Amino acid sequence: MTARVRALETILVGKGLVDPAAIDAIVETYETKIGPRNGAHVVAKAWSDPGFAAWLKTDATAAIASLGYAGRQGEHMRAVFNTEGVHNLVVCTLCSCYPWSVLGLPPVWYKSPPYRSRAVIDPRSVLAEFGLGLPAEISIRVWDSTAELRYLVIPQRPSGTDDLDAEALAGLVTRDSMIGTGLARSPGKP
Amino acid sequence: MNGPQDLGGQMGFGLIAQEIDEPLFHAAWEKRALGLTLCAGALGKWTIDESRHARESLHPADYYASSYYEIWTKALETLLLRHGFITAADLAAQRAVDPAPRVVRILTADNVAATLARGGPCDRPMAASPRFAAGDRVRTRRTHPTGHTRLPRYARDCVGTIEAVHGGFVFPDTNAHGAGEAQEHVYTVVFTGKQVWGEAADPGLTVSIDAWESYLVPA
Repeated sequence: MTARVRALETILVGKGLVDPAAIDAIVETYETKIGPRNGAHVVAKAWSDPGFAAWLKTDATAAIASLGYAGRQGEHMRAVFNTEGVHNLVVCTLCSCYPWSVLGLPPVWYKSPPYRSRAVIDPRSVLAEFGLGLPAEISIRVWDSTAELRYLVIPQRPSGTDDLDAEALAGLVTRDSMIGTGLARSPGKP
Repeated sequence: MNGPQDLGGQMGFGLIAQEIDEPLFHAAWEKRALGLTLCAGALGKWTIDESRHARESLHPADYYASSYYEIWTKALETLLLRHGFITAADLAAQRAVDPAPRVVRILTADNVAATLARGGPCDRPMAASPRFAAGDRVRTRRTHPTGHTRLPRYARDCVGTIEAVHGGFVFPDTNAHGAGEAQEHVYTVVFTGKQVWGEAADPGLTVSIDAWESYLVPA
């Protein structure tokens, strides 16, 4: 693929259709500016600010934009909140729709057939594979991203975090916890 | 189309291959493939729906043997050929040999931040009122369109409940084929596991899709 992609870039740059510096700028944006730290910021604010959490529930796009996260593959956002009895899991069975503005580029497994095929029919075993064994009394809600709405899971706030500031809270929020294949970390645990 | 992309409920793909400390890119060419895809999309000659349809139109054996950036790259070649930006002669020579079409604008480095921040909103104003309201029972259509659709096979001809009404959005089934945006109301439709998968389903499972209005009939 190295040669194939290089040839395509050579052709397009040669025709004046692509600015190679724009490719560099796109890559740099997703390497340094747009990634799961954005989403962790959103979650930590939701945990510590009930007004913000309420806004997220009613208009996630605007609430998230107020923190500076908007744009490509985050144009129409919905935040879904885990509760004591319901665990949320996000998938795109038809391609690889993912909330780029808050989570960045998706991991390979999210885009791959094993996850896309199994998440909707057997999510409990999928979660177990991620080390998340949910008891049968916790129900699972799977969100298949078949349209242009993009889903961000708001994991439950771990116990023992009352004294943590927003930055420390954000440090507990993993990427997987915002897809639903994990939970937020507890303080002092890996 | 009932293509290789429609994976919900398919079996036999095995375990999920998680990577510890997964890198953002696994090879340098993936960075270029991402950038080329976005830059070429910014030429403005095709929609995200046409892009998705180009990817799902790969032969199934090719689709399943390809990584996602490989799928993107192969589809990008198709789109560039279809819209006259490149030719078979260019690809054979691995350099530009045929003249470039005139373009109004290209994405330059100084415009990347603004372009990504703007994104491509797909919501559209609707004159018509939504046909369904939250709480309504609906049935998804039993249908097998040969073109692009966002109604997955596993969720066809299933009874579910409207959970949310989202307003008008560009209709992918027409837009992917250059047949207009034809916006429709979009709904979140939630199904119990049993409604989709039958008696053996996990009793604690619910699954939702986001469905355009014409995918649904009253139940």
